Amino acid sequence: MTPTPSQTVGPFFAIGLSRREQHVLDANGATLHGRLLDGRGDPVPDGVIELYDPATRAWGRSPTDSAGGFSFLVPREASRLWAYVFARGLLRHQLAAIDLPHEGLFDIHLQGEQETTFFAV
Amino acid sequence: MSEVQVDWPAYRSTEHRAPKRPLATLPEEVHSLEGPVFGDEVLEPLDNDLTKQHEGSPLGERIVVTGRVLDDLGVPLRGALVEVWQANAAGRYRHDVDRHPAPLDPNFSGAGRCLTDDDGRYRFTTVKPGAYPWGNHPNAWRPAHIHFSVFGRAFTQRLVTQMYFPGDPLFEHDPIFNAVRDPKARELLIARFDLETTEPDWALGYQWDIVLRATPFE
Repeated sequence: MTPTPSQTVGPFFAIGLSRREQHVLDANGATLHGRLLDGRGDPVPDGVIELYDPATRAWGRSPTDSAGGFSFLVPREASRLWAYVFARGLLRHQLAAIDLPHEGLFDIHLQGEQETTFFAV
Repeated sequence: MSEVQVDWPAYRSTEHRAPKRPLATLPEEVHSLEGPVFGDEVLEPLDNDLTKQHEGSPLGERIVVTGRVLDDLGVPLRGALVEVWQANAAGRYRHDVDRHPAPLDPNFSGAGRCLTDDDGRYRFTTVKPGAYPWGNHPNAWRPAHIHFSVFGRAFTQRLVTQMYFPGDPLFEHDPIFNAVRDPKARELLIARFDLETTEPDWALGYQWDIVLRATPFE
């Protein structure tokens, strides 16, 4: 059977995807902050990041704020997390790897000189 | 190729957001990664009936939307978390960013979720969303649609998409729908009216199956 195609999450996903706080993968974890940025370096304020830790199978979700910021509490022993990125203007989600520990903000660049490495799914 | 074209200028928001570089090869262990897994704890009692989440009934055409979540071999995926969100019958979302001058409905939030049953089936009762204008190009209108988010068994089966209604006159004018370049694949986004699903004297019924990518383990 042919898989159902993807469509953008659109600008109003918070109604359905962000009704509750879901950014905690580990309540005693470390904070992971980052920003989602477009090809001009501008914040993407209507995106949502989903984070998954293969080791603990912990999952979380954080919508971006007006500065493109997202925030999670992640397991302190995590080494590599996988992040799905959704946003208005993204017709399909993108998959990025986040290697830990990471100093400072973890920025995801959708485009441009610093475009994040996205993986084929 | 059933996939959507990510770099698609007709949808203007892609201009500075669609990635341009070739995709990296996903490590094998991620292909075979299971989860995340969700259970009943993520559900509240009225999550699958969007017409009963407030004191009164929402305005609009009451509908039932149901179907199965399958993998590419047609195997039903049970316990799959399905989340939906939509505009009200007037084409207005309950969201601060939505400035369409159509009325909000005090009896409609427009969000639902459920887990698929043992046959992989989901089911929502809601109202048919209205079409609405958007700023993509002059006189741009989105066809009526319900947003769907689905988790499969494998991490790589994740899907976010939109379900449309049969015969919508806006299809040919909508760049998001047409970002799926293959006309046959676009049809996979359109629900089917079904008299069997229709509840007498209550709600029109629509069937829409969701097919996820291959399950990489068994």
